[in-house]
Amino acid sequence: MTAPKIVTARVGVAESWTIDTYLRKGGYKGLRKALKMEPAAVTDEVSTANLLGRGGAGFEAGRKWSMLRKAEPVYLVINGDESEPCTFKDHMLLENDPHQIIEGTIICAYAVGAAQAFIYVRGEFALGIERLTAALNEAYEHGAVGRFVFGSGFSLDVVVHPGAGAYICGEETALLESLEGKRGYPRDKPPYFPAVIGLYGQPTVVNNVETVSNLPWIVQKGGKAFAALGEGRSTGTRLFSLSGHVNNPANYEVEMVKTTFHDLIYDDEYGGGIRNGNELKAFIPGGASAPWFGPDQVDMPLDQDGVGKAGSMLGSGSIVVMDDTTCMVRAAWRITRFFHRESCGQCTPCREGGGWLDKVMRRIELGGGRESDLELLLDVCDNIAPGLSWPPQKTTICVLGPSIPSSITSAIKMFRDEFLIHIKDGGCPFD
Amino acid sequence: MTDPVEPGAPANPVINVDGKAIEARPGEMIIAAAERGGVYIPRFCWHPRMKPVGMCRMCLVEVNGPRGMALMPACYVPVSDGQEIVTTSDKVKKAQDGVLEFLLINHPLDCPVCDRGGECPLQDQTFAFGPGESRFVEEKRHWQKPIPINNLVALDRERCIQCARCTRFAEEVAGDPFIDFIGRSDHTEVNTFPGESFESNFSANIVQICPVGALTSTPYRFKARPWDLEVVESTCTACAVGCRMAVQSSQDRLIRHLGIDSEPVNHGWLCDKGRFGYEAVVSEERLTQPLVRKGDELIETSWHEALKTAADGLRRVQELNGSTAVAILGGARLANEDAYAWSKLARTVLGTDNVDCQMGDGLPAEVVLGLPRATIDEVCSADVVLLVAPDIKEELPVFYLRLRAAAIDRKVALVELAPQPTALTEHAVVSLLHRPGEAAAAARKLVSAVLGRKPSSGGGVKGDEIAAAAELLAGKRVVVVLGRPSLAEPADGTTEAAAVLAANIPGLRFLSALRRGNVHGALDMGLAPGVLPGRVSLDDGRAWFQSAWGADLPGRRGLDAHAILAAAATNQVQGLVLIGANPMADFPDRTLARRGLAGVGFTVVVDTFLTDSAIHADVVLPAATYAERPGTTTNMEGRVTRLGQKVTAPGTARPDWMIATELASLLGGDLGFESIDGIATEIERVAPAYAGVNPARLAKRENRDGFVVPLAEPHQEPEPPEVAFPPQESIVDVGDVSDPMESIEVNAAEAQGETLLPRSEPDAGPVGAPESIGDLTASDGSSLAPTIPLISFAGVEPMPAPHAPDAYSLRLVTSRSLYDAGALVQHSESLKPLATVTRIRACARDLSRLAVRPGDLVRVSSSRAALVLEAALDDRVPRGSAVIDFNQPGDGAADLVDVNAQVTDVRIENVKRPSARKASDG
Amino acid sequence: MARLNGDNTRRAEKLLELYPHKRSALIPMLHIAQEQDGWLTPDGIGHVAELVGLAPAEVYGTASFYDMLFTSPVGRHLVSICTNLACLINGAGELLEHAEERLGIPPGETTPDGEFTLEEVECIALCGEAPCLAVNWRFFGSIDTAAFDKLIDDLRTGRLAEKVPPHGTLCRVRRTVGLTTGSDGQ
Ligand SMILES: Cc1cc2nc3c(=O)[nH]c(=O)nc-3n(C[C@H](O)[C@H](O)[C@H](O)COP(=O)(O)O)c2cc1C
Ligand code: SF4
Ligand code: FES
Repeated sequence: MTAPKIVTARVGVAESWTIDTYLRKGGYKGLRKALKMEPAAVTDEVSTANLLGRGGAGFEAGRKWSMLRKAEPVYLVINGDESEPCTFKDHMLLENDPHQIIEGTIICAYAVGAAQAFIYVRGEFALGIERLTAALNEAYEHGAVGRFVFGSGFSLDVVVHPGAGAYICGEETALLESLEGKRGYPRDKPPYFPAVIGLYGQPTVVNNVETVSNLPWIVQKGGKAFAALGEGRSTGTRLFSLSGHVNNPANYEVEMVKTTFHDLIYDDEYGGGIRNGNELKAFIPGGASAPWFGPDQVDMPLDQDGVGKAGSMLGSGSIVVMDDTTCMVRAAWRITRFFHRESCGQCTPCREGGGWLDKVMRRIELGGGRESDLELLLDVCDNIAPGLSWPPQKTTICVLGPSIPSSITSAIKMFRDEFLIHIKDGGCPFD
Repeated sequence: MTDPVEPGAPANPVINVDGKAIEARPGEMIIAAAERGGVYIPRFCWHPRMKPVGMCRMCLVEVNGPRGMALMPACYVPVSDGQEIVTTSDKVKKAQDGVLEFLLINHPLDCPVCDRGGECPLQDQTFAFGPGESRFVEEKRHWQKPIPINNLVALDRERCIQCARCTRFAEEVAGDPFIDFIGRSDHTEVNTFPGESFESNFSANIVQICPVGALTSTPYRFKARPWDLEVVESTCTACAVGCRMAVQSSQDRLIRHLGIDSEPVNHGWLCDKGRFGYEAVVSEERLTQPLVRKGDELIETSWHEALKTAADGLRRVQELNGSTAVAILGGARLANEDAYAWSKLARTVLGTDNVDCQMGDGLPAEVVLGLPRATIDEVCSADVVLLVAPDIKEELPVFYLRLRAAAIDRKVALVELAPQPTALTEHAVVSLLHRPGEAAAAARKLVSAVLGRKPSSGGGVKGDEIAAAAELLAGKRVVVVLGRPSLAEPADGTTEAAAVLAANIPGLRFLSALRRGNVHGALDMGLAPGVLPGRVSLDDGRAWFQSAWGADLPGRRGLDAHAILAAAATNQVQGLVLIGANPMADFPDRTLARRGLAGVGFTVVVDTFLTDSAIHADVVLPAATYAERPGTTTNMEGRVTRLGQKVTAPGTARPDWMIATELASLLGGDLGFESIDGIATEIERVAPAYAGVNPARLAKRENRDGFVVPLAEPHQEPEPPEVAFPPQESIVDVGDVSDPMESIEVNAAEAQGETLLPRSEPDAGPVGAPESIGDLTASDGSSLAPTIPLISFAGVEPMPAPHAPDAYSLRLVTSRSLYDAGALVQHSESLKPLATVTRIRACARDLSRLAVRPGDLVRVSSSRAALVLEAALDDRVPRGSAVIDFNQPGDGAADLVDVNAQVTDVRIENVKRPSARKASDG
Repeated sequence: MARLNGDNTRRAEKLLELYPHKRSALIPMLHIAQEQDGWLTPDGIGHVAELVGLAPAEVYGTASFYDMLFTSPVGRHLVSICTNLACLINGAGELLEHAEERLGIPPGETTPDGEFTLEEVECIALCGEAPCLAVNWRFFGSIDTAAFDKLIDDLRTGRLAEKVPPHGTLCRVRRTVGLTTGSDGQ
């Protein structure tokens, strides 16, 4: 495990968020190099790297950039809305290495010919917003942003845009609506793929904060060097947010595929094992939307496609570990409640179905469950996301809706008995 | 919304729905194509007149895609050639049932006490598709029960299914975004900004399009159950747009109007005045019996007595003072057949050409009838629309919706030439705000710039604005919307502006923006001096009409409303018939109206209410209105459509044509018809512009949108000879849904008056000249009028520019707002409170120059009168001008205006300052 | 109270310059209004609506979508306790209960002295230090009941004034540069 630290190289360094530190540690070299390349060559490097988006959907960044509709102006929007439960990597990057995000943003804008870039930051990240704003001021002063970046013919303005507290605004089309000053309603795709009809109806690239944080390194070291890390489609390193019942919950940047869930959870270098020496009961491999895994899947590598084939997803890169003291009904209910609260409210199945599931789960956890509730839950889940297929059918506009069933169906499948005990005992056995 | 058709695109895509091949239109959504092909896909949020949002997910069907057959929303997936669609599989059924169940879990299911019960798409789809018993045992979501969101509409948020139809209507269609979604997830509610109301001239459309009972209209609440309602299709007569609507009644009483989607006209919408104006019809204050004057009093009497008194009085004037001492004013609110009857009566029995359906508040008949015309669709598909008109939003509301949509969706460039900004100003590319009375000067500068001369300022409009407008107009398909922008000046300025434009911009067409219900029909029927039925002049048509009518016609062109009142004021007009006319309210100069009415020796009033003008009459005859009698009307674009009859007129009130016919016979004449069909047939035969338009043809289902006259080409299809105005049963169906569809939800949607699809293709064709009528054959085979030239407008002599106002005066602009002191609003319980008090508005600089603060009471004086009004700040009013809405309750603009003056200047002085007193109270 | 004051109006107008379309400035502007008054007053919403050219209903509807924007008054300190999964399984339930007891109010309410508003929130992305909370969106990790009590004391006495500005203050760093390339790029 000697993979380089690509996006966290400066995390932990004193005053890592200032331009002095950043420059001292090699900052803005990638941008200077990129400006000497043709924009298309930058895209080629990124395609060679096979950099997968780090926001959750895992789409190849280079390919996304090549799919832009040919029209002017093009906009670039960086997604720093991180609100997926138990994901806290972008939060860390925003607070600790804002210049890296800005440099990545400018490189990306240069490659796609963007007229203006917006970094949409989750509103709650007050410190991150302050640090990013200060860094942007420094970057302007340094000549890295603005008119004629570093004396080149390329000019760009970057705007830091705060959100205001709505998980759904992390979904890229909702984010664009929100950036347009509206309610954060996801747009129906097709036709509203951002690359085709994005911000203000213009072709738009939306990339995650971590995704673009990789760009300075890729431009400097080359796409091949990045692709040499990892395996198959899952190249490079990736940041994983490890939380729950581990001894060392934190963000860890590890090489993809070469690392397994077991490594992350148990290695001293990372999670350091389950707290109090307890047993692993289940873990969520990729954020609240992802179906759960049990102890038998713990040796699986951190491989986007492999995890997908096993019926879940790496998603936002957050791993929540639950030990044997955890009430699975309560855990699943909490996630359901989250989706219920955060549904934007457009689609009937998500808006009403989420609320219904929340209420039934609550009733079971609090002791009012009925045996028929399990079939009801599964059927309501099926009505929200028929067949629970992934990618889901278009019963809803975005995939928040079809994500709601994940935790409930996982919990019922893996821990049906625990539900039945709740129902039989009229309450939670873990209380 | 839909993608534009690519040039050279192949033929229409063919889709396959449940094994049935359906030809679709490029870019349309599956749901629309399937429906036209006879497959109804359930829906709540989708509405054919608004952009899809795909929110309710009720329309899920299986569509073949990259990953095989998958569920997709039919309202959001455009058709493509070869697309396979399945709407009946178990998978579809389960998905749709699931959505329905989700919609119902928080729904109160209070159908028995819900106004929508019986015509509710949610209720009907539940019967048709939905699961029986509820598995939902949790507590439902609660909201405070109905809350008013304005005077006319109440909102029950518990019933709302968040389909966004109302909010989209408000924002997208009406441009009144005063309701919005609030909150998130299943706590989302529709509401206004706290403490504010949903201010819109179109607010109750949201009631009609709400697919559940969340929005109800206050006037209709609990008045009837849908299954008790009878319905007939008709045309709204509240203004000249002529929106198609369903008129509903219960127990012989009007109870509701619903908009019908007429492609060329109203797209399903109604304004609130048209929608609730039926309250005036059912008003307790309607005239129900004839009245005759006995001394100071008007006494109820029999029709025989009243008509005889009227005939005697008029005959006496004729005998003593000659036929030119008799005049008829009004007729713009009647049906065509009534107007024709009065027109014929005037010319053949009374022997006078002193007839005018306008109250001096419109434009000369020659201008309206004589300029090359355009339809509403042609306006909405022109390159540029030049608005020389008052605020369309206030006077022709649904036409405003069409124009607004054209400007936004079709990028039609609007250019305004007006004395004050209007609701369309924000959508106009250029607004040329000229000084009151100087429209012609500005038009001249504009034309000169269009013709390539160097732009310069004129009429108070800056040169660069002229240049910008000229650039837009040059070489484009331009249509002028021509109305009367201000009543504080005579029509001459506007007329001259129109003449200048018409003479210099080749191919220019005009759409009249006169507002009164059937003013265009009345003009077409000859209710204007010098004009005979069918848009021919007295001189050109004399020979034909003398032979057709078998009577001599007046030798000279008669007087218009202004001249009639002026002549009456000097006792030269001694016999006056007011037919649905109230000069005291509508004539721009109330002083002259008062003097005129006082100077007439004998006045007969035919009306529905005892108006300010009627109280001094000698005979008052109660008339029947729309919905109480059949007939036709002609809208602003010359579209002839049918009025439906649904209820009995109150008391002994009768249609005007009957009154005219009987009066004629008492005067010793014979109008030659005994039924409304007889009149209609005669109109077709004798009125040149109406050749080919007959009741039988209009009654056909496919002709419900009527015809724009004159018809472009003769119609050859054989017509049944006589069945005109067939019994209403055959025409009661509302909306237009293909026959094979019998599912209840269609009927529910129909009952909402919502046509599920536009009935016919949008007419996006080029602006084309109506062809002159050729050799036509009437339906009964009799020969038609020889080719008589239709009236054309010859132009006018230029007027001198008005003198500048003095330093202490502001120049007055006055035009109407939707809710005014007119009979319709004042006798509609729900609308009456919406008429505002008369205020005088000016910009901040003028107010402060005159030491007036908003809210102050000011003395407003002109050469005619002095009034005390409240001053209001309106920074949209150009400097140097002051605006008063015309005909608001109480004293107002008409008291200030002198029709003989070129402009109206008013002085404004502070009387007292209520706020100054408050200051000392601390 | 409550239209934007002169300085904030200028800040708001500067925001308008940063976006190709005015409405984009809406949410940042609402943050300014909330910074000024602690919540979005009707007048504040009305003023913002004027500045971006919307109806107040649209601004209200938009604001109400977002959890951070308050349309009723909030205490000087908004205490937001995360109870999402990582925190839940690390004692967030107990922390919340303790907070309710300590402050004497249930979530969603404000102490009578107007000092504290308590809310239960979704994940605040500090899961490595669960259970955690935020006060006026400044984060505090690994909060047990004792740490909570100390935090409340520190807030009350103003010892944390530097880290925790009054509710509504999102970003104390001002952007120093306007657009340099014209609003629609080069
Ligand atoms: C419900 C939902 C929430 C999302 N939240 C985030 C988020 O907080 N941050 C993020 O970067 N992407 C999020 N995404 C993914 C974005 O839609 C989008 O795929 C991503 O920003 C693209 O950037 P990437 O290709 O660099 O990953 C979310 C998606 C969904 C459906
Ligand atoms: S699935 Fe849920 S969150 Fe996504 S658009 Fe529909 S209602 Fe909104
Ligand atoms: S009708 Fe298609 S989603 Fe509502």
